[in-house]
Formats: sequence, C-alpha cells, structure tokens
Amino acid sequence: MSPSKLDLLQGTLDLMVLKTLSAMGPLHGYGIARRIEQVSGDEVLLNQGTIYASLVRLEQRGWIASNWGVSGNNRKAKFYAITVAGRRQLEEDALHWRRLTDVMDRVLDLNNEPGDLPEAEGDPA
Amino acid sequence: MTRRLLARVWAFFFRKRRDADLEAELAAHLDFAIEENLERGLSPKEARREALVRIGGLQQAREKHRETRGLMKIDIVMYDLRYTLRTLRRDLGFTIAAVLILALGIGANVAVFSVVNTLLLRPLPFTNAHELVWIAPPPTKCGLSCATYSTDAYDEFRTGSRSFQDVTGYFAFSSPDNLSLTQNGEILPATSIDVIANFFQVLGVQPAMGRLLRPEDGLNGASPVIVLSDAWWRRQFNADPNIVGKTVEINHTQVTVIGVLPASFDFGAVFAPGTKVDAITALNLYGPPRDWGNIITMIGRTKPGVTLPQAQQDAAAVAPRMCWNNKRPDTCGSYKDGVVPVPLKDYVSGRLRRSLIVLWSAVGMILLIACVNLSNLLLARSTARSKEFAMRAALGASRARIVGQLLTESLVLSIIGAVAGLGLAWMLLYWLAHQGSVALPLLSTLHIDGAALAWTVLIAVVAAVLFGLAPGLRVAMGNLHESLKDTGAGSGQGRKNELFRSVLVITEVALASVLLVSAGLLLRSFVRVLDVDLGFESTHAAAINAIYDDSVPGDKTGDLTEQKRAVIFQQIIARVESLPGVQAVGISDYLPLGQNRSWGTPLPKGVTPPKGNIAGPLVYVVSPGFMRAMGTRVRGRDISWDDGPHSQQVAIISQSYAHFLAGLAKWPNGDAVGQTLNNGTPGGLQVIGVADDVHEESTEGDTGWQIYYPATQNSPNGAQLVIRSTLPPATLANSVLMALRSLNPKQPASEFRPLQTFVDHANSPRRFFMLMVASFAGLGLLLAAIGIYGVISYTVTRQTQEIGIRMALGATMGRVQRQVLSGTLRLATIGIALGAAVSLAAARLISSLLFATSPWDGVTYIAVALALLAVAFVAGYLPARRASRIDPMVALRAN
Repeated sequence: MSPSKLDLLQGTLDLMVLKTLSAMGPLHGYGIARRIEQVSGDEVLLNQGTIYASLVRLEQRGWIASNWGVSGNNRKAKFYAITVAGRRQLEEDALHWRRLTDVMDRVLDLNNEPGDLPEAEGDPA
Repeated sequence: MTRRLLARVWAFFFRKRRDADLEAELAAHLDFAIEENLERGLSPKEARREALVRIGGLQQAREKHRETRGLMKIDIVMYDLRYTLRTLRRDLGFTIAAVLILALGIGANVAVFSVVNTLLLRPLPFTNAHELVWIAPPPTKCGLSCATYSTDAYDEFRTGSRSFQDVTGYFAFSSPDNLSLTQNGEILPATSIDVIANFFQVLGVQPAMGRLLRPEDGLNGASPVIVLSDAWWRRQFNADPNIVGKTVEINHTQVTVIGVLPASFDFGAVFAPGTKVDAITALNLYGPPRDWGNIITMIGRTKPGVTLPQAQQDAAAVAPRMCWNNKRPDTCGSYKDGVVPVPLKDYVSGRLRRSLIVLWSAVGMILLIACVNLSNLLLARSTARSKEFAMRAALGASRARIVGQLLTESLVLSIIGAVAGLGLAWMLLYWLAHQGSVALPLLSTLHIDGAALAWTVLIAVVAAVLFGLAPGLRVAMGNLHESLKDTGAGSGQGRKNELFRSVLVITEVALASVLLVSAGLLLRSFVRVLDVDLGFESTHAAAINAIYDDSVPGDKTGDLTEQKRAVIFQQIIARVESLPGVQAVGISDYLPLGQNRSWGTPLPKGVTPPKGNIAGPLVYVVSPGFMRAMGTRVRGRDISWDDGPHSQQVAIISQSYAHFLAGLAKWPNGDAVGQTLNNGTPGGLQVIGVADDVHEESTEGDTGWQIYYPATQNSPNGAQLVIRSTLPPATLANSVLMALRSLNPKQPASEFRPLQTFVDHANSPRRFFMLMVASFAGLGLLLAAIGIYGVISYTVTRQTQEIGIRMALGATMGRVQRQVLSGTLRLATIGIALGAAVSLAAARLISSLLFATSPWDGVTYIAVALALLAVAFVAGYLPARRASRIDPMVALRAN
C-alpha cells in the first residue's frame, strides 16, 4: 500500500458505513468495505477487519439491523440494512460533519489572505 | 444507553454464539475477496495473501470486534480470576493456611453476629414487638412474688389504664413437670404455663394449626383445652397433622387439643430462658386463683404512638388505685410505685447487652488478628513474587492491573474463607441452638438468616481490603524494576518491609494480649462464682418432682387434708430413705435457684413495722429432714412430724432475716431461736431454728431472706423430693422412681435432677460468655503464635547470607540463636505492653461483667504476659535454631 493513503479519523468509519447502507441498500461486510474503498478512489487506508467492529457498534445502538442471507454469487453472508433510527442518525451526523468541514475549510483558507494577519511583533534580539 | 449495556451484557454471556457468527462472517469476507482477486487474474495463493492483507489480520479483527461488543472489564476480571485460581492451586499449602485462618476469623464473627442480632438487634419475634412492654416493679429481693400482681390488681390495671391496647399476663408460679400426660398406658411428665386467655392476641402470635386461646377458654365451666408447642407436638405426638380436635389425657382428665404453636414461638426462649415449655393452658382468672395473691406477670401492648414515658406515667397514675384484694380496702395502694412498664425487649435481653458487646469486640479482634496474619503471609508471598511482577510490568502490564490482580487474589481467598467460615458458623449456631440448658433468651431460635449472610459478605470484603492492602500498596508504590535487581538482603526496600512486619507482629501480640486478659478476668470471676457458699450442698444430692393426691372429699377445715398429706410424705420419705446408699431425704415445694414466692413478713409481736417497702422472705414449705438433705446448717431444731395442724405454728428462718428481726425487737443475746412472731393467729409463729442464708435467686447476687414452714401446717405447692446420697444419680434414679410408683401408680417418669444442675443452670450465662471469650482468646493466641513464627522464620530466610557471613567471621551458634530470639522477645514485649495498656483502658467495659475480681487484677496480667512470652519464645525458637544451623559456606554460595 502506498504511504500517501489517508488514515481514517476516529468516528468517520461509522458515518461512512451508515451512508453506504443508506445509499446502496442491504450489503454484507465485504461489500461495504469495497464500496467505501471504491468511492474514496482507493484513497483511504481501510483495514477491512475494522469494519466489523463498526458494524457491531452500530447494530448495538440500533442504527442498523443484520440478517443472514445469500449473495448474488450464491454465497451465505450476513447482510446489514439501515434502520429508521439509523437514517435519523445519519442525517444528524452528516449535518454535523458538513458543518465541521465547513469550519475547517474556512479556517484553513485564512492563510491565503495575508492582509488579515496582524503584524508579527519583531523580536528585539 | 441501557439498550447498549444490555446488548453488551448479552454479548458477554453469549460469546460463543457471537464468536461463531463472527467467524462465519470473516470466512465469507475472505471468500468474497479471494474470488474478486482471482477474477483480477491473481494466482490462488496470491489471491488469498492479498485478501488477508486487506483485512488487516484476522486476529486483530476478532479482538476489535470483541472489545466493541462485550464487557472488556469483566473479561479482565474473569481472566484475573482464572489466573488467581491457578496460582492458588499451585501454592496449595499457602492457600489452605490462609483459608483456614480466614474461616476461623469469619466463622466466629458470623456466629457471634447471629447471637448479637438475635438477642440484641432484632426485635422480638412478635408483631410490632416495639409496642410490647413488661410491667413490673423495679427489681427487689423478694423474687417473683414482688414482680407479680393479684388478679384484682390486673383487672384494675387493664380497665383503668388508657395508653394500652390490651394487657395480658401469665401465671408465674408453674413448676417444671406440672403436667402428667397419659399416653399408651405410660405416664409422662410435661411442663405447661397458664396464660391469660388474651395472651396470644396481645403478643400477635398466630397458630401453626388449629386455633389459640380465646377469652371463653378462661371462664368458669369452660371445657379444658390445651395448645401444644411445636417441639412437643413433634416429639410426643409424631407431628400428627390431625391432632387438632383430638383429646389427650392430662392430669387424668380428658383435654382437647385446640391448636399447635408455630416453631417461631417458644415460650421458654423468651420468658423463661433455659427451660422447656411444652404446652400452654388457659388461666381461669375467676376461679380459685382469684385469691392466691400475687400470681400474674403483666405484659402490655401500648397503643400506636404512645411513648414509653407516656405509658409509664399512665401506669403510675393507675397504680394507687390497684388493690391486692378488692375485699380488703387496706391493701389498695400497695402497688404504688410498683407498676413500671419497660420495653419487653429490655426485660428479655437487656442485662446481656454488656456481655454481648464484649463478645462482639472479642471476635472483632479475632478477625483483626486473622487479617494481620494474612497480611503477613501475603506480604511474604508478594515479596517472593516481586520478580514475577517486575517481569509482567516489563512486558507491559500496567501497575493498576498488577494491584488489581493482587486484590483479586485477596478477594478470592476471602470469599473461600467466608464460605468455609459460614459452614463453621452454621455448626456453631446449630450446637448453641440445641443447648437447652443455657439460660440465655432466644438461644433456641438461632439460625443463619439474611442479615447474617449480608454480614458475612461485608466482613469478607472488609477483610480482603484490610489484608490485601499492604501487599497491594507495596507493589503500587515500590519501584518494580528495582526488584529485578534487588537480591533482598539488606537493601532499603527490605529494611522497610522488616519494619512493617514488626508492626504487624506487635499488633498481633497486643490484640491477643487484650483477648487473653479479658478471658483471664472472666475465668477468675467464674472460679470465684463456683467458690460461693450457696448455703446448701449442691453435690451428692438430687431432686425429683413427686406427685401425690392429698385431697379428702368433704374436708371443710382442711385438717383431714393436712393429716393425709403428712401420712403420704412420711411414707415417701421412709420408703426412699430405706434405699441403699441414701443418706437423707426431705421434701420442699420449691427449691433454691428454681421457683420462688413470698407471703409477707412476719414481725415480732408489739413491734411497729419499719417504714418503706420490706422485701419479704421467700417461702419454702418443707418436710422434716429437708434441711439435712439440702445440706443447709440449722441452729435450733429441725421441723418435726409432731408440728401438726393443731400444735404451735413454727418456722425456721434464715440468718439475715433473724438478724433483721433481732435488730427490730432487741432480743436478749440477739437470738431469734425460741422467739414468737406475729402471723395473725392467736398463738403466733414460733421460730424453732435459724438456717444459713441460701442463694435462692442467683449464685452471684446477694442472698435474700428465707422462711421454712412445715408442710404439715401449711399447704405446699407440690413436692420436690430431695435425696442426698453418695451414689451417682443415674444409679439412684430408677430405684427412687420405683419407690414413688409403688406408693402412687400415677407418678410420671419425672426427671431426676442433681442439685448441681440448678447451680449450673444459674451459672450458665456466665459460663457461656466465659467459654466463648476463652476460646476466642485461645484462637487469638494460636494465630499470634503462627504470625510470630511466620515473620521470624521469613526474616531468618532473608538474612541467611548475613548470618552466614557473621558465622564465617566467628559468631557462635549460641550467639546467632540468642540474637534471633531476643529480637522475637523484644517484639512480643512491646506487643504485651501495648496490649496491657489497652486492657487497662478498656477495664471499664468489662468491669461490670466481673465477679469479685478487679479489672486490674495483677495475677491475670502477669499470667497473660508470661504465657505470651512463652508462646513467643517457642514460636521464635524454631527459626532461631534453624538460623544457628546455617552452614556459612552454603549460605555464602547461595544466590
């Protein structure tokens, strides 16, 4: 794996999983992991194993539900689907995330307007 | 939140299923990945490798999954638990020693807690027991007669008082074995108490079967009914489930069984400790007892919300209106200041409060000694294991984890010890509950209840923290890495440990010395009590309840009855006296240290009675020969068969009563013998003899006054046949019973009781507490000895090298031994001094329990100090001997 890949921020994986399930409908663990990797254009460094910890956490909170089923190529797999509570949570979290990135964007853009910076006080030494 | 917690707990308990689920999911995941990789054209081997890399390690995925879904903390605890059990199993010797010490400490504590809880803390086993009061005058010398009321007085109090829901009582003068039950042709003795018919309503006792007494059962002409105790119903009637409604033959009359009492109600356990009461019968207040004088004890139930002072005020207001006999107005007001309600609980067990507190403190000290011992053991163990801890710390275990591990170990030991201790306590309580002869209230109701279990858990946890703290703190504060390098001997850490251990030993010795001093003082008191001159010889004499029928139909004057009784008594005495080995025989209706009563105070003629209440002499109606059979010395002459109904009325009085009378009458020489007292008859009452004072109520208290009347001039309340013989009672019992049966076929198989049993019964509470404290002191001494031995021998082991060097430099074996021993004795001496100081300070607590013994009794203190020094010497000698045998060459090469 190339070193330039993104390390996932704490808590972002749960949001990604919720959004993926919301957009794609029921999926199994591998499907979710692959979908996230594809959407990110293989930019995130996803330890596929960690997806299962995320899934169990979301399920315990009642945001997703799981069921054993059969995949397209006739393989037995556990399928996850988002619940009503999960959709509400997704909306909330997405909003929160957008506000956060918005703020981050604005803060990071500050550097590009030098006029706004106060004069740095000269060091007498 | 709760949902999440539930899910986690759920996952924790069904981990197997969740693990299997996860495995299947991960397998499916791998299959998908491999399939996709194969499609991308990778070789099967490469496809699998790539898939495994992407998943980021199967084990990590599993761990992460478990951590998220379950209860990590509990997992750790479970792991610690398993580890602890493994290490404890490996170190079996240590584990057994620790569990044994804890079991003894905790077991003693749980047992004593149960006793304290039953006797002191828990309310009496009645509904709303706090409302119940015992109504009696302040304690006096004249026994039960001064603590009871006449039926007229009872009626006046019951109707005249306003703060009581109801008042009841029972006949206080029933003697043991007052019933004869005829069953399958056999006549068996039993004991019943007559109670006022509302007795059970007032106490709030419900029947286990049938019904209890109703007011109509106590009226004139009521058909005779009986209520059985649970124990008697089981023992004598084989727990017959259809007993209610059946008739039984009691005292040769058909009596209907109306009910069975619950097992939780034992009359004897509450009102007459140490005696068994088999049945309850109704007292007819309006029959003959009407004129028997003071016969009823009073028990009241206050109205809700009435305080004790209010009830006492109310009672004091009614008292002056109460009459001994309504037909004699001069007796009205005689109960003034003599009607005082006290909580029933205080009456039943209030006197024992001090003893129980001492007992409780004693077991508390045992637990402390046990904890100190365990602390010592664990400390030695943790020092030996310090390298293991250091290693684990080096491998990444946090300090909290290691301390947690140590505390888990203490807790596990404590729990195993508590379970074993609970077993010990159960056995001890079972034994205590079946000690029918110990005169302590409620003893037969002892058992391990919820409170005792809760107490067990509490002390187990407290003990675990107490003894687990020292080793835990040592690990928490010490530098773990240092111990990897530390070889032990002489390093700073080692010295600090040594000091801590010395403190532990001193504490232990001090605690043991406090216990031993208390036990010693109680023991000396007990010996002093046994030495008391009771006024009669309790050895080589026994008593049996003899049944006789002196009724003469149509006897108006009572003369014929008295003549018939004289004949019966003479026959009995003559027959029993002729048995081989019998030295003296006599009859009395009551015996000292048993039942008692008084009949007023005969005074010399022409003397004005002194002001104030006089506690009248206790009355014994006796036959000739009784004083000799009892071994009570009499100056003057004994009662004779010639003292008949029509001759001069005579009596023997006790020394202190005679002294009191002599002071009033100013007799020449102060001698009462031959003087005449006023008893309301024209001829008066002649004093024919003066007898030794007898301890009639207790072996320890002051003696009161006694008066002995001839059974041929007064009517006795039964006949206790006293036989003095050098033969053992067991061999005599049968022939005496045969003799009685040959005279009266209705004689039941009454118990043949050595007089010593009355004395033992009276002494039983003191004996009980003395034995308990003494065994705890013995246990404390043993634990202290083990503790000293443990510490000294550990110190010797640690100093093996040092001792080796010293011996190599020329120290002799004797010198090494002396050094180790003097160290031990120094610690013991400091401990003894501390213990003695604490004992002196605590003397006030124990002084009220002592009899003719000072709480600062020098002999006891010196004996305890010597005993402890001797034990310390022995405990220290073994390691000292080992130290002196150290081979310098071997010691120096070791390590």
